[in-house]
Amino acid sequence: MAVLETRNLTYTYSKGSPFERTAVDDVSLKIDEGLIIGVLGHTGSGKSTLIQHFNGLLRADSGQVLLDGTDIWAEKSRIREVRFQVGLVFQYPEYQIFGETVFKDIAFGPANMGLDESEIKGRVEQSARDTGLDMRLMERSPFELSGGQKRRVAIAGVMAMNPRVLILDEPASGLDPRGREIIFDCIRNYHRRTGSTVMIVSHSMEDLACIADKLLVMNRGRVFCFDDTERVFARAEELVKIGLDIPQVTRIFLELKKRGIDFGKEVYTVGYAKRVIGDYIDYIKIKRGESL
Amino acid sequence: MLRDITIGQYFPSDSFVHRLDPRFKIIITLIFTVTLFIGDSFSSLVIGGVYTLTAVLFSKIKIRMFVKSIKPLMPFLLITAVFNLFLSDGGETVFEWKFLKITEGGIDMSIFMLVRIILLIVGSSLLTYTTSPISLTDAVERLLSPLSRFGFPSHELAMMMSIALRFIPTLIEETDKIISAQKARGAELDTGSLMTRVKGMVSILIPLFISSFRRADELATAMESRCYHGGEGRTRLRQLKVTYRDYIAVTFTLLFTGIIIAVG
Repeated sequence: MAVLETRNLTYTYSKGSPFERTAVDDVSLKIDEGLIIGVLGHTGSGKSTLIQHFNGLLRADSGQVLLDGTDIWAEKSRIREVRFQVGLVFQYPEYQIFGETVFKDIAFGPANMGLDESEIKGRVEQSARDTGLDMRLMERSPFELSGGQKRRVAIAGVMAMNPRVLILDEPASGLDPRGREIIFDCIRNYHRRTGSTVMIVSHSMEDLACIADKLLVMNRGRVFCFDDTERVFARAEELVKIGLDIPQVTRIFLELKKRGIDFGKEVYTVGYAKRVIGDYIDYIKIKRGESL
Repeated sequence: MLRDITIGQYFPSDSFVHRLDPRFKIIITLIFTVTLFIGDSFSSLVIGGVYTLTAVLFSKIKIRMFVKSIKPLMPFLLITAVFNLFLSDGGETVFEWKFLKITEGGIDMSIFMLVRIILLIVGSSLLTYTTSPISLTDAVERLLSPLSRFGFPSHELAMMMSIALRFIPTLIEETDKIISAQKARGAELDTGSLMTRVKGMVSILIPLFISSFRRADELATAMESRCYHGGEGRTRLRQLKVTYRDYIAVTFTLLFTGIIIAVG
């Protein structure tokens, strides 16, 4: 059963003015429970606008967003409930931090849900564990922390609401490779613990290749494709055409294919590349009658 | 949303008014304002209206935009009109009920003030609609520069003005983003009790202040690393030039002032 579904979603910015631009154009999707979904797209492809519809921050001009089969706008007064169920982490979320202590900032979401003290405490501690934040940091001011730690505090603040769908917009942008890895570990921890659906928006396939079950590729406000990660990468050349940056390994293998060495598979992680090349060498050796 | 604010907005175009020297435009706006207050009769108001309309037509900016700039000031306009209606005396009494009294003079006064303020708004909107913030601050600096001989920091003032103007859209965008982020965490801004709303405001103001300080700090560093040292000896890319258009506009404005003084 699809946890989140959109039907013919269309959204236009500055309607009626000379700056009018359709950011989301007739998008229909079904997102199954428990998957990690990567949302890919060039700058201005409408991916950030699309995800803001999922928790009702934006309301589409036409079309519907369904959560568990019911329109999220069916009862306007219940839109806050939707926001607790569909957690959204914005880009550079550390700029939204305001609490006097790390604990209070993470507790903002759960407190808004109206939970009691002990439940809030439990939620904060749990999401601090998910994001690898030391309990000793809890009483410190969040503004004394490092950039990467601040980012994790902000992400923990959304995770603490225990959303059934967790959406993150460019969660790793502006961090070094080690920092990026840590952020993706946090997301994996949350996914493993809760079994929630996770959507990660990025323009880097390199990051998504290792974590996503399915990829949604957006182009000019429309769905370019929505499929299993491998199948999307099988269309690497088309992805390059719409301005996406494919992983370096994939680019090498595409180049090799052009020069006549076809491995017959789409390669998008280094580990997989190693295996494929190993198999290929074995295959050549067998063909030449050499022993392995 | 916050994006729809038009006050202080600039609409780039290539009209007669756009191509006027910004220094002249500021001076003309000042003359226009003073003139509006000199005129006391209805005929002077009509002449003011004709002048304003002419200027608007020459700016090639849609009248709809001016209506938009008046809209947010509507409550203020209405209050002024109502006060004048009841508190100005003179002429015959048209309506009386207990302590409330409307006289002919009151009606005249209230319409008069309303039109006058609307003309003022349109006139000053015309200045900002047709002048880019950069040329506006350039002009302010040049107009104030004689004062720098007496130690008045005219360049610094103009710089502060242009930085402030430059960051308005940035901060609006930032505010929009922070509001969305806190809403996503269930902050209540337009619903709920007063206490929860105040709490919601705090969650927006603190990040906004912090990011403004951060931006100010970054900008200061960037300026220093490019050896910024104030206005002395600085040349400029856009030289302000006076053309025949400016003389036409000034003549036209002075003519208008003359007529108003004559009409009274």
